[in-house]
Amino acid sequence: MADMIKVSGLSVTFTSAGRSFRAVDGVSFSVAKGESFGIVGESGSGKSTILKAVAGLVKFQAGALELNGQAMGFARSRKERQLLQYVFQDPYGSLHPRQTVDEALREPLAIQGIAGAEAKIAAALAEVGLEPKHRFRFPHQLSGGQRQRVAIARALILHPPILLLDEPTSALDVSVQAEILNLLARLRAAHGTTSILVSHDLAVVAHVCERVAVMKDGRLVEILGADALRAGVAEQAYTRQLVAASRGYARGA
Amino acid sequence: MSAPSAPQNWKQWLESESPASRRQAVAGNAWRGLVAIIKNPAALAGLIIVALLLLMALAAPLLAWGQDPLAQDLAQRLKPPSASHWLGTDELGRDIYVRVLYGARVTLTIVVLVSLVVAPLGLAVGTLSGFLGGVIDVVLMRITDIFLAFPRLVLALAFAAALGPGIENAVIAIALTAWPPYARIARAEAATIAQSDFIAAVKLQGASTARILLRHIVPLCLSSVIVRLTLDMAGIILTAAGLGFLGLGAQPPTAEWGAMVSSGREVILDQWWVATMPGIAIFVVSLGFNLLGDGLRDVFDPKSS
Repeated sequence: MADMIKVSGLSVTFTSAGRSFRAVDGVSFSVAKGESFGIVGESGSGKSTILKAVAGLVKFQAGALELNGQAMGFARSRKERQLLQYVFQDPYGSLHPRQTVDEALREPLAIQGIAGAEAKIAAALAEVGLEPKHRFRFPHQLSGGQRQRVAIARALILHPPILLLDEPTSALDVSVQAEILNLLARLRAAHGTTSILVSHDLAVVAHVCERVAVMKDGRLVEILGADALRAGVAEQAYTRQLVAASRGYARGA
Repeated sequence: MSAPSAPQNWKQWLESESPASRRQAVAGNAWRGLVAIIKNPAALAGLIIVALLLLMALAAPLLAWGQDPLAQDLAQRLKPPSASHWLGTDELGRDIYVRVLYGARVTLTIVVLVSLVVAPLGLAVGTLSGFLGGVIDVVLMRITDIFLAFPRLVLALAFAAALGPGIENAVIAIALTAWPPYARIARAEAATIAQSDFIAAVKLQGASTARILLRHIVPLCLSSVIVRLTLDMAGIILTAAGLGFLGLGAQPPTAEWGAMVSSGREVILDQWWVATMPGIAIFVVSLGFNLLGDGLRDVFDPKSS
């Protein structure tokens, strides 16, 4: 199958006040069309930075990025923006506080010059399980789970072939987390979207993704299948350590 | 018995948690803001004072019973407040009540003209600087610093000397020195907003910089600029009055509060009302704008909602 996302030797360096920090260091991976790819790692391992570099929100200094066979840089045309959408971690910060749900969903259609907004907005709301009564509410009138549904609807209303998910459930209650994950799985099956999910929660990644990359200090430690991750069969010591840590505190005998 | 239920209905329509249209959602938000202002006694007082100022300016000929603010009657000069001259008369026998009414027009003109220059200029410089950052930010902020370093009254004096005294030149001088704080507020807000996820989201949707600025950043900066403008109104009115007092603002015989205080200065011990009445007007209107500004700040504060 053709690669939808191809990342080769990607490096991202942040420079601030003369000091530089290499957040991502020569990472390479590829994601096939329709595949769900996961990236796990501890805080500061560079997993979110990779996602932002793929999205074009962060500049990368070295390496190459290909989306659907096209080479991509940092600056992208309006047409190229149609290739991917992003769901942010914090549903409280990812919606404009003075815009209704309706306006938030209308904006991407207006920017890309897509007609038939009325019907598309209603359909997008129904698809993520929101009712028509939510359509003209402001974000402060919605719960965290409802906001994240709006953010997902906003990402999917343009029908992007690639969806980037940056810890989409970590800011939500445990009960709502499962709802959102099931919603994402259902939508991925319906649209055939290629996705990258970044999370620090191994259980979430193992549940949603087919292959998982493990990151540490900006480098890729290994890529393994979700089955292997669930079974705890990893080649690298760091991955085994991470799996053991995720299983929590084991009561000593 | 259907009449009492009608107000209940539009109230329900405004306070609905699930509005059926954008218009209803916006109206509901405005309604909640208005209720918050009315529930705050100080803000309500400010709102009433500003509304009265507007009324005075708009209906001045009506409220003055057709009297001319410039009509002189030297036989009636320096009369104390009485039934025929509610607030007394000045040194040329002009009715002070009528002049205070017409003075509201001058004050309001200055306030509106200054706002029309200051708010858009401050917003444009501030949001561009805060959102684009880098070299543009540095250049625009240094220009702002230069304008901030001009003393307002001295610049107004220079303008009056160069262009001749008058309301227009007073407005130019006030506006030129009043916009930098707005640019700074807008810059700080825009820089914070530019980092937020919802701006990244519209960037990923392919929005142009102009669209992000105009549709997403400016509306969010607008509320703090409006609050600041309302709080600054008092200062603007006082500066305008001060220029009038120094003889650099509105020129006689125009009824302008600062110039009226100035003309009453010589007789303040014997005919106190000549300087006091316009002075009270300046004081009350400045206070009103300050109270309203405080109330608006509470309403617009996103943390309160």
